[in-house]
Amino acid sequence: MISNRFIRLILATWLILLAPAALAATTLVAVAADFTKPMTEIAAAFEKVTGHTAKLSFGSSGKAFAQIQSGGPFEVYLSASEKYPLELEKSGQVVVGSRFVYAIGKLVLWSVKPGYVDDKGEVLQTGNFKHIALADPAHAPYGVVAEEVMKSLGVLDKLRHLFVMGENISQTFQFVSTGNAELGFIALAQVIDINTGKMGSGSGWMIPDNLHSPFNQTAVLLKKGAENPAALALVDFLKSPVALAIIEKYGFGLPK
Amino acid sequence: MLSPADIETLLLTFKVASITTALMLLFGTPLAWWLARTRSAWKGLINAVVALPLVLPPTVLGFYLLVLMGPAGVVGELTNWLGIGTLPFTFAGLVVASVLYSMPFVVQPLQAAFTSIGTQPLEAAATLRAGSLDTFFSVVVPLAKPGFLTAAILGFTHTVGEFGVVLMIGGNIPGNTRVVSVQIYNHVEALEYTEAHWLAGVLLVFSFTVLLVLYSAFKTHPVAHQLR
Repeated sequence: MISNRFIRLILATWLILLAPAALAATTLVAVAADFTKPMTEIAAAFEKVTGHTAKLSFGSSGKAFAQIQSGGPFEVYLSASEKYPLELEKSGQVVVGSRFVYAIGKLVLWSVKPGYVDDKGEVLQTGNFKHIALADPAHAPYGVVAEEVMKSLGVLDKLRHLFVMGENISQTFQFVSTGNAELGFIALAQVIDINTGKMGSGSGWMIPDNLHSPFNQTAVLLKKGAENPAALALVDFLKSPVALAIIEKYGFGLPK
Repeated sequence: MLSPADIETLLLTFKVASITTALMLLFGTPLAWWLARTRSAWKGLINAVVALPLVLPPTVLGFYLLVLMGPAGVVGELTNWLGIGTLPFTFAGLVVASVLYSMPFVVQPLQAAFTSIGTQPLEAAATLRAGSLDTFFSVVVPLAKPGFLTAAILGFTHTVGEFGVVLMIGGNIPGNTRVVSVQIYNHVEALEYTEAHWLAGVLLVFSFTVLLVLYSAFKTHPVAHQLR
């Protein structure tokens, strides 16, 4: 005969096994394309540490913004710029006080050809190239910053007719990495070798921050995620030392 | 309202679509004719290759064109060797990609039209000692007119509506590769929804009118009646 104690033991075991599953939740996150690599690693660490799951949707910040405005299902939004989170805040879609800078974007001038881009960017003055790629400054944050850099260097008007513009920074990288554009402004995260912290291939110039306005990649907790423990935990986790180490490893600056 | 930049993209789009349609008819007609008449073992293979752009996502097709036509790609090496330079980011490159992308929309209706003519009119022409070119232009072309019309309409409109391929190989250069679909997308991305609505509206009205006029003409086309 099975004793009462034995049944209680089995029930208790089940409860212990099921408890984490019941507490663990899933959150849907919109992530800027340039943050693809670090966020994938952060999400894996997040899952290990908290037991929650973060489902990631990568793409241009503008597209995610439009989807959120139209009632998209995202609970956390990691934008590549400050502009879109501010707009969402104005239209009341954001949990008040949740906006924070999660990383500082780093821009590089890069070419797939070794030795083509010097480490001072003088190629912009002297280079004899046919195309220079950048993300479209009309809407892509990396494009805006790239234009500011060229303006600071006084080469914007000279180079404008050589522009080829990617829809987002991933596409801009394709233009340059296939050699169709001799050089271009891309995200450091796209070419960094995470083992050495230097550019893995080709040649490039890490552009100093003082040549452009602050590149604050900004995140918000959306109202849809206000009650979801996974969304709340992810926002906290993004500020944790574990996440910050990953962010830095992939060539982003840390928020001050 | 439409800005001069928007109007520029509209004009460029119709220029790309017109040239592309003309080239597709030029190359697609002999190809469709061959496909309709041949008993070659290659027929299945060629048919499948022509239909491929229907299956491949446009951005995927565009990405591989970017690689192939780039300086490290086979096509890029060839064009460089010929002294043309590489094709991405150029108007010519846009036309080449559009021809590949929209080709099934031209070849398939033509092939169907040629097949439906059958062999009888051709044999009749042969008994009258008409040469093969003469037969093609005096017998086949008039009989296949609805097929040509459908091919031209579908080829043209499909090129106007093209987005993914252009996005991947165009580089968004004003007056050169920035077509209307890309411009609408840019407006949306830049949160300029009013401008996007205007441009999309103009494109919609224009395209609908063209289609309506052509299809109405098609319905009452004398040759279409003769065929039945």
